[in-house]
Amino acid sequence: MSQVLILVDSVGGQVSKSTGELATFGSRLGSVTAVVFEPALAAQLNGFSIANVVVVTGVDTSKYSPAPVAEALAQLITSKSATALLVTSSARGKEIAGMVAVISNSGLITDAIDVDADRITTQSVFGGGTTVHSAVTTPTAVITMRSNSIEVVAGSGTPTQEEFAPTISEAAKLAVVNSTEPAVKGGRPELTEASIVVSGGRGTNGDFKPIEALADVLGAAVGASRAATDAGWYPHTHQVGQTGKTVSPQLYVACGISGAIQHRAGMQTSKLIVAVNKDPEAPIFELSDFGVVGDLFNVLPVATAAITAKKA
Amino acid sequence: MKIAVCVKQVPDSWAEKKMSGQVLDRAGVDAVLNDLDEYAVEEALRIVEAHSPTKEAGEGSGHTITLISMGPERATEAIRKALSMGADNAIHISDDALAGSDALATSLVLAKVISTEGFDLVICGTESTDARMSVVPAMLAQRLGWAALTFAGSVIVEPENSKVLIARSTEFGVENMSAAFPVVVSVNEKINEPRYPSFKGIMAAKKKTITAKSLSDLGIAASAVGASAAWSSVKDSLLRPARSSGIKVEDSGDGGNQLAAFLAEKRVI
Ligand SMILES: Cc1cc2nc3c(=O)[nH]c(=O)nc-3n(C[C@H](O)[C@H](O)[C@H](O)COP(=O)(O)OP(=O)(O)OC[C@H]3O[C@@H](n4cnc5c(N)ncnc54)[C@H](O)[C@@H]3O)c2cc1C
Ligand SMILES: Cc1cc2nc3c(=O)[nH]c(=O)nc-3n(C[C@H](O)[C@H](O)[C@H](O)COP(=O)(O)OP(=O)(O)OC[C@H]3O[C@@H](n4cnc5c(N)ncnc54)[C@H](O)[C@@H]3O)c2cc1C
Repeated sequence: MSQVLILVDSVGGQVSKSTGELATFGSRLGSVTAVVFEPALAAQLNGFSIANVVVVTGVDTSKYSPAPVAEALAQLITSKSATALLVTSSARGKEIAGMVAVISNSGLITDAIDVDADRITTQSVFGGGTTVHSAVTTPTAVITMRSNSIEVVAGSGTPTQEEFAPTISEAAKLAVVNSTEPAVKGGRPELTEASIVVSGGRGTNGDFKPIEALADVLGAAVGASRAATDAGWYPHTHQVGQTGKTVSPQLYVACGISGAIQHRAGMQTSKLIVAVNKDPEAPIFELSDFGVVGDLFNVLPVATAAITAKKA
Repeated sequence: MKIAVCVKQVPDSWAEKKMSGQVLDRAGVDAVLNDLDEYAVEEALRIVEAHSPTKEAGEGSGHTITLISMGPERATEAIRKALSMGADNAIHISDDALAGSDALATSLVLAKVISTEGFDLVICGTESTDARMSVVPAMLAQRLGWAALTFAGSVIVEPENSKVLIARSTEFGVENMSAAFPVVVSVNEKINEPRYPSFKGIMAAKKKTITAKSLSDLGIAASAVGASAAWSSVKDSLLRPARSSGIKVEDSGDGGNQLAAFLAEKRVI
């Protein structure tokens, strides 16, 4: 049976939700080996379609980022004769994937939303306007998968576990992380993983309270337009768009956001789009399934109360 | 310092983009300098200005900024734009055999130019607006055996120490990173505000040298690049029907309730 590697992501010691999605895609291609760089994560991998867990030892991922991870993965591809490596489509994931592709002479596909048993990938490009199917012709395919693209299928049993000590080159240690200021973690889900995202723009005028209140009643992550992050109203890590995060949740709620092309680039493939904007001509309405023309400071509190009532 | 900036010509992000067979139809749309690459050029100019005795880029600064671009003949338009901002000269790799190159071939060609010319610092944008892969800078560093300092929101260069420091925000927070020359840096749009070319800059750009290079100039076999060598190939592409706009209601006190009712109908709540 073909061997497939998946790179397990984590934030704050917790395995990311995308791990289950990678395992589900991976199990279509062969037997899934999950690769972790923190031993403590291995115990969190039961119940997925994962046959084996490799714990990589001796790599300080907090000091050197991300070249040593790429070298370790490339060596595992060789030792397992893996036919595919699946990684989450985050900034870091894509960078690692690019490096692995170079080291292992493998074809690379980024931002896939699907992959079938024959390694044919589906990408949604140009802001969701075009669907592309591609094939990788090299023995190993390196593919980054966009979050929220598949329902996780649970697996049974406990995966086997092994350790792997890669050889890390000096070149991989040239870029050094001197310090990290950890992201302030609220109780909300991670932006790219959330099934619902509520975003605010310039129309909030700096007041994100109604956005956060709606997000919390929906169990959603909070996003922001560039106008809002540039003004310092919300952290840059929450920016949605061309130069921010790309999200594709079940539901995206845009509040006080005009719908500039650079913003659309990060949210256009959301399954349902809802907009609240006081300008009836705002371009965001062109792609909204449901739009409310009105002041977000009036509309959102009413919506939040109504949703709370429906949930009760 | 010898600084290179990698610039790509892309279809205008406002234009309708579509595939023509297996590749992006680039002929039918207006082409522009990739947005993010303007920020890369601007950052290179600011770095030079900060370390120039004349406080200006160009001759007399003691530093050079060379643009590197791989793309069809037409890409000279985007190169001229970046030259008019103030870069000193450019290398344009153009060859019919390059059509349809994947990211691996693109990084192979760019890395060959960089290693042949020799630079202290290579600056890229974080992503191109057409393919949006965000991989070329990391691939370049990997091929060159250089440090990669990517997704930078701020850059400080210390030429006297041959050192580059960046801050970048990731899923994990803000990372402060550093490395010694030679380094590949990629920059995001928070880093600066790109200048508009001045009239003087536009005139000066007309006289600046764009060196054309073919694959044989670089010693790369045509069979190593282009669509036929691509390790990933497009099988087909379909135009998805445009998202049609849905229901739109005017709020007169009840808009929030209607919104909640819509979500309930769609079973989101
Ligand atoms: C290289 C580059 C990269 C970029 N990357 C991104 C990116 O990643 N993400 C991004 O978002 N943008 C990005 N942009 C910026 C983008 O072009 C827009 O400027 C930005 O998205 C505008 O943000 P906005 O919609 O919040 O603000 P505006 O365009 O100013 O829109 C504000 C909207 O709020 C509405 N409004 C005002 N008050 C209220 C109220 N009380 N109630 C309801 N509605 C109200 C207004 O009618 C208006 O439609 C980028 C630009 C460039 C050049
Ligand atoms: C819709 C579409 C989908 C594609 N999918 C894939 C795929 O899945 N796999 C694959 O291998 N290829 C793919 N390609 C081909 C890919 O776009 C090119 O190989 C491209 O040169 C590299 O990717 P990018 O433009 O996304 O670069 P990015 O990595 O997003 O670019 C980052 C920076 O690298 C520099 N740079 C990139 N290209 C050039 C250049 N030609 N000249 C100078 N500097 C440059 C610029 O500074 C740029 O800001 C795709 C192309 C299209 C149009």
